Amino acid sequence: MEGLKLKLDDLQRVAEHEVDFQRAYKYRINVCCSSGCVPFGALKVLKAFEDAVKEFGVDKECKVARTGCIGTCSVGPAVLIEPGDYLYQSVTPEKVREIVRDHIVLGLPVKDMLYKNQAYFQKQHRLVLRNAGKIDPSRIEDYISAGGYSALAKCLATMTSQGVIYEVRTSGLRGRGGAGFSTGQKWGLVARAQNFPKYIVANLDEGDPGVFANRTLAEADPHAIIEGMLIAAYAVGAQKGYIYIRSEYPLAIQTLQKAIAQAKAMSLLGDNILEMSFKFDLELRFGAGAFVAGEETAILASVEGQRAMPRPRPPYPANSGLWKKPTLIQNVETLANIPLIVQNGGLWFTKIGTSKCTGTKCFSLTGQINNPGLIEVPMGISLREVVFDIGGGVPDGRKFKAVLVGGPSGGCLPDTLLELPIDYDSLTKVGAIMGSGGIVVLDDQSCMVDTAKFFTEFCVDESCGKCTPCRAGLARIKEIFDGITQGTGKMDDIATLEKSGVFIRDASLCGLGQTAPNPVLTTLRYFKDEYLEHIVEKKCKAGKCFKNEKEA
Amino acid sequence: MSIGTVKLKIDGVEVTVPEGTMILKAAKDNGIIIPTLCSLEGLTAYGGCRICLVEISGSPKLFPACITSVSTGMAVTTNSEKLKEYRKMAVQMLLAERTHICSVCVADEHCELQDMANQLGVDHVMFERNWSRDEIDSTHDFLVIDRNRCILCTRCIRVCDQIEGVHTLDLKLRGKDSQVIMDLDEHWANSCSCTSCRKCAKVCPVGAIYIEGEPIGHTKRKDIAEFILTRRNRK
Amino acid sequence: MSEIDNRRLLLEKVLKEHNFQESALLEILHRAQEIYGYLDKDLLMDISGSLNIPPSHVYGVATFYSYFKLKKPGEHIVTGCLGTACYVKGVEQIMQAIEAEFDLKRGGSTPDGKLSLLVTRCIGACAMAPSIVVDDEVIGKATKGVVIAKIKSVLGGVKAET
Repeated sequence: MEGLKLKLDDLQRVAEHEVDFQRAYKYRINVCCSSGCVPFGALKVLKAFEDAVKEFGVDKECKVARTGCIGTCSVGPAVLIEPGDYLYQSVTPEKVREIVRDHIVLGLPVKDMLYKNQAYFQKQHRLVLRNAGKIDPSRIEDYISAGGYSALAKCLATMTSQGVIYEVRTSGLRGRGGAGFSTGQKWGLVARAQNFPKYIVANLDEGDPGVFANRTLAEADPHAIIEGMLIAAYAVGAQKGYIYIRSEYPLAIQTLQKAIAQAKAMSLLGDNILEMSFKFDLELRFGAGAFVAGEETAILASVEGQRAMPRPRPPYPANSGLWKKPTLIQNVETLANIPLIVQNGGLWFTKIGTSKCTGTKCFSLTGQINNPGLIEVPMGISLREVVFDIGGGVPDGRKFKAVLVGGPSGGCLPDTLLELPIDYDSLTKVGAIMGSGGIVVLDDQSCMVDTAKFFTEFCVDESCGKCTPCRAGLARIKEIFDGITQGTGKMDDIATLEKSGVFIRDASLCGLGQTAPNPVLTTLRYFKDEYLEHIVEKKCKAGKCFKNEKEA
Repeated sequence: MSIGTVKLKIDGVEVTVPEGTMILKAAKDNGIIIPTLCSLEGLTAYGGCRICLVEISGSPKLFPACITSVSTGMAVTTNSEKLKEYRKMAVQMLLAERTHICSVCVADEHCELQDMANQLGVDHVMFERNWSRDEIDSTHDFLVIDRNRCILCTRCIRVCDQIEGVHTLDLKLRGKDSQVIMDLDEHWANSCSCTSCRKCAKVCPVGAIYIEGEPIGHTKRKDIAEFILTRRNRK
Repeated sequence: MSEIDNRRLLLEKVLKEHNFQESALLEILHRAQEIYGYLDKDLLMDISGSLNIPPSHVYGVATFYSYFKLKKPGEHIVTGCLGTACYVKGVEQIMQAIEAEFDLKRGGSTPDGKLSLLVTRCIGACAMAPSIVVDDEVIGKATKGVVIAKIKSVLGGVKAET
């Protein structure tokens, strides 16, 4: 199939051909080979399945596929057998023969090894991750047979660029990178700019520690990102795009490189896409270990080969972005929503989530929780549902203490806020942010002062140094934390933290500085007693602080 | 082609300025001085020091006057209690960041940071002060850089790049570890691109770059960039 | 000697692929680091000359991003993930144990140049926290014992001399 220059009508044929090809198999064994499962031996499991189906002579009716993340990262390697969506957990090469023998040959799923926690999936709503764990990301045909690139074909054949923007605006989709700006509005701005060429930058610089949603998406369904970019390019009139990806994600990089090469070979990228007069080129750009580079204007500096220092806005990138040309910057999760919106219409999308926050959001659920993993939930779901119903609560009989929403510059929220619906506005109100979708659960062994200090240290290290509040201010806050956690805290410190936190939030140049004080301000707001305990009694109930004194 | 004008209010005073003017300049041309440390006429705006933040009615956000252009009907407040408080905070953070001791500084009484602290009434620093002990580079024949006094305004880097045109200076590292460097972080005497033009010393707002043996009052010439630039562009 | 020449040839190829464009500086630094292992000043000066960018700018970019190494790293590299999930799950204690066991500090190398200990802000394997990367292998749900044994085995079973 590769090397074939696709025309508009061919797409349907490729899909049908592929579906027929796959139907020839009675079973499909999807082995998760994402960065989460590979360190647990997923590649050996994959090999074992390939060997075992041959050994039992069922290789003609069994397709063994190497897929992206299935979502149950805590019990990897995970294997999904279709039909029936039988999910096996913690599969080892030794168990593979038994699974093939019983499940495939005898038709009896091995109950002991099945993933039992059905609630984990029940409350999820998988749009962005629609293909994750289901298709082989290294085969473009798999994506096409799942309906891939048909949204692009629809755009090119039947829609004007304004029409596409109209649907996106109708959908109410908001940027998934954190700030939550209306995607349709952004596209309108870039489309209206009369300055050429225009660019698109897809942000895959997932710098938030504890967050791996974008990586998973790129590893599991790279073409969804590419198709989203193509549609965006068509809508705003861009001919060149960059995917800016962290260099710490080697597997995601390989997957995307392969996907781009396949798309080029099939004339889904390049000149005359699908034999239409639409042109779009795509290149990868690699980050190099700077959290701030995920900031909208810093990413531009980085793509241009400079220090990733944010630029003041205005001018907005929509008018003056890459090389001062109109540039659309969009998180990859936002882009992966686009094909669905085009295919099903903007109105369809508004039925998911809440009226102000439509659609779904991917979260990396980690920390002291029974079922860590990558989840996708409708907007408006409560924190309690995420932490307890999907996440299964806190392990080892310990008590839930706080949940950190939004990465290192998110907020630490106490149990009294567990009923809070997850959407941009509700989170902002309580001092947290959507961020790039990190949810870290802390149990009663965690010290909130220590946690706030950890995040402040992170932001001190990652501050670009351009503006005074973020550079000089955060470093002072960190020193105050050093004092409090080492036993030299003063009562004044609390007021100083509060005052400087508010100042840094209001006066910093970019999103990093503006949100960096969130962990400090929210812990002060919801867990002030712990600060007092540290300062007055020089005690840390969780036993995290005052280590130096103890050892001395 | 005539450039349009814009009417706006700054601290309640109605002013008319050319389109595209930055608030900082619009205010200055009408006798209202908004304090700033990184901005300097003749150099591109940087927006880093955050001293020139102002309020614009209708928005809860603060705007740096050096890089926010005027628009019709805008009502700018340059000196509210909150802004005064924030400026004091920024100055205190700068004072606590590195080793600023006025009594032993070459720039004493000719220092923009000192002046600003005085004007704003900064009578103490609420933070523990961080006494940096970076090596002073005095290898150059007459130019000296004491990074312990640097406030990272990047005026020197910009004047070196934009006016002198050699780009000897830049920043290394990031965040609180950022430092002004010469070429590949060489000692000044070993810099292969420095032309010893002294402009960096002329524009430094503090005592970080100075000329050895020369009274600081004679060294500083803050209008140098604008002076050269306006004449360079006049054909 | 021939090895060094080959490396320069490889670099030349990279520079040509990118048309000696200033905007490709990051890509070129990435590739140069792959080819040479780290970025020393001669190399940075070379790149500065090839791309017609001031040396201070190249140095500024190379030091801004923590991924670029300006010093020669050890033969074996251990990287601790200091992401949130790993921190919550106690990676700090493992890091301290490694530092004590092999007598080095994070960011540094053992005196014999055999082992470097680095930190990264999240490798994205958070569901398996805490994670430590030994050479290119990710050890998930790491414990002190497993990690130290692994490091000893890559070092050839010999504990680094102090």
